[in-house]
Amino acid sequence: MCGLAGLLNNDGTPADRDVLARMIHGVRHRGPDETGFHLDPASGLGLAHARLSIIDVASGQQPMSVEDGKVWIVFNGEIFNYVELRAELQRKGVRFDTESDTEVVLRMYLDRGEDCVLDLNGQWAFAIWDGRRNRLFLSRDRVGKRPLFYTQAGVAFIFASEIKALLRHPAVKASVDLEALADTFTFWCPLPSKTMFEGILELPPGHSMVVEGGQLRRWQHWRPDFPTGYLDRSEDDLASELLELLTDATRIRLRSDVPVGAYLSGGLDSSVIAALVAQISGSRLRTFSVTFEDREFDESGFQADVIRLLGTSHEQIRCTHEDIGRVFPEVVAHAEKPVLRTAPAPMYLLSGLVRDQGYKVVLTGEGSDEFLGGYDIFKEDKIRRFWARNPESSWRPALLRRLYPYMQNLQAQSDAYRKSFFHVNEDDLESPFFSHLPRWELTSRLRQFLSQDVKSSLSGYDPYRGVRELLPAEFEDWDPFSRAQFLEATVLLPGYILSSQGDRMAMAHSVEGRFPFLDHRVIHFAAQIPPKLRMKVLNEKYLLKRAVRSLVPPTVLSRPKQPYRAPDIVSFFDTKRGRARFSYVEELLSTDRIRAAGLFNPVAVQRLVEKAKKGLAIGVKDNMALVGILSTQIMADRFFGRQSTGV
Amino acid sequence: MNSTASPQSLEQEVRRFVVENFLFGEDDGSLQLEDSFLDSGVIDSTGVLELVTFLEQQYEIKIDDTELVPDNLDSISRVSSFIRRKQNGHG
Repeated sequence: MCGLAGLLNNDGTPADRDVLARMIHGVRHRGPDETGFHLDPASGLGLAHARLSIIDVASGQQPMSVEDGKVWIVFNGEIFNYVELRAELQRKGVRFDTESDTEVVLRMYLDRGEDCVLDLNGQWAFAIWDGRRNRLFLSRDRVGKRPLFYTQAGVAFIFASEIKALLRHPAVKASVDLEALADTFTFWCPLPSKTMFEGILELPPGHSMVVEGGQLRRWQHWRPDFPTGYLDRSEDDLASELLELLTDATRIRLRSDVPVGAYLSGGLDSSVIAALVAQISGSRLRTFSVTFEDREFDESGFQADVIRLLGTSHEQIRCTHEDIGRVFPEVVAHAEKPVLRTAPAPMYLLSGLVRDQGYKVVLTGEGSDEFLGGYDIFKEDKIRRFWARNPESSWRPALLRRLYPYMQNLQAQSDAYRKSFFHVNEDDLESPFFSHLPRWELTSRLRQFLSQDVKSSLSGYDPYRGVRELLPAEFEDWDPFSRAQFLEATVLLPGYILSSQGDRMAMAHSVEGRFPFLDHRVIHFAAQIPPKLRMKVLNEKYLLKRAVRSLVPPTVLSRPKQPYRAPDIVSFFDTKRGRARFSYVEELLSTDRIRAAGLFNPVAVQRLVEKAKKGLAIGVKDNMALVGILSTQIMADRFFGRQSTGV
Repeated sequence: MNSTASPQSLEQEVRRFVVENFLFGEDDGSLQLEDSFLDSGVIDSTGVLELVTFLEQQYEIKIDDTELVPDNLDSISRVSSFIRRKQNGHG
């Protein structure tokens, strides 16, 4: 894993090496082992790379070139099937200079052109300079595990692994993209392509692009797809094929020249991965976990069951409210977007522990909930549809009690209120977003805190229009369960789970995550499992549980699903003493600073802060609002300054 | 305590609580007496717990679980009528 940066001056002005050096220094945390440059003064190209050495430590330096220095690559990520691809190319007579997966990508490009990405199994963001045609080719992996941002500033096309590298180019200015802010206060993240920075774009997951002759051409090489017919086989057959695929996905993700560890949450997914790693490698596995002082969030009991069963060598970090509040500004600076929950902060602390223990690579359980049917939002969709078919039924809505068992305030509700909250409007049934409307509508209430100026600027903006544009033509033909999965995999997975909570928190401490559940063969197979087996009635990840029942402890298999969460408002406010725990919280939420940034209504924020200090801000909405406002203010402080918030 | 609040001030008190705690002072006057808190997004499903806590403390009443229904609590006028009924012993 690494960081990359580069630029192409369309008028042929030679790239400035000092500028490139400043840019790559901005993402040095992603690759502290080595730095490399390639400049082509005749074409205006410059490439820079910060390397975290994992495969072919001795000779995998970058930028790397072939074809007598005419074709160059900077690459962030891993191609897990590089061994097989290399052998395939060698059979065709291709010769290799190194043992690295980077060279395999480059030679795949020479062999297959831009379609080479269709054969890659892995996680990548790369740029290939093809000096034979003066063409820059950029690509990003299927689901968005590795980041890639770009912008056009004057004559320069500029790209990098993180926005902070782009901001070091003198022609790039930071100002807030208000639509991205509205997106965040609706979907938890800006919609694909957008970033919090006006004019700076993200190459969306599953996309490639070419820059040639001053023109940009972008296309989608992959997206989550669902068939309209499913595999018609026995549950046992399907379960064993799933296990076989997962085992292979895990096996190839253990390819590394440095030791590989695993995260353990205490939930099903990470337990499955840890069990598979232990089984495949045969040696004692090193595992890492977060535990919480706050018992509402702590899962150490379940973690202990897995550690005992697998006999792993385990390290854990105990996270207090203060720990979360203390690191939060760094968390936001790494994420480069506001967050509505603090859950990334413990992941930041965890990657620090991994790094301190001398590890660079961890396998984790991300992607299972999205593609194998784990989230409560899928359950919610099922129950609400079931209820809507007979709205007068009194027992159908009673199933709503099964939703979100981990949310204490919601569980304390009367049935009547639960019914009102999850009530199905007739119009909603026609919406392509039926599954996500309650969540998105609730989150969009946070926009009440925006300043009047921002509200006015956004008056004609409809965030849902952007989601509609993401839907493929076949979307309406898919079953409701698949539709909900598509929305989750297209919006929240890349925009928050794999980025703000994933790549950025791990790479802050130079740690690479690998995700067997997100192997595209697993995703493709999961999409063909009949929806009724992805979640059997209300039993989430049913087929996965069936596939792994001999691998993980029964307690983990039968426990109610608890998504990973962390304490929010209490991490910033000591409610017993009625005050903020940290001076930066007090400062950034003060009326002066809120007014200076211009993004939020100072009166509303003050009332929320007072409520938080008294310990009365207990609802989901208040917690999301406070974390969202505070993280946006940190963004304003770190990146935008007072003059450039654009309002 | 305000257990003898006049009809108008009762509505005003409830309104003030809702505006300060759920609209965070953003009262543009658009919240009508009959507006549904849930439909208008003023109160989410957990916010009702805050409302109930306030009503119990402010008006020295005890609200049973069976009374936690939108018919009693989902608008300024419903809340006000409910409190009056409770105060008159018809809760």
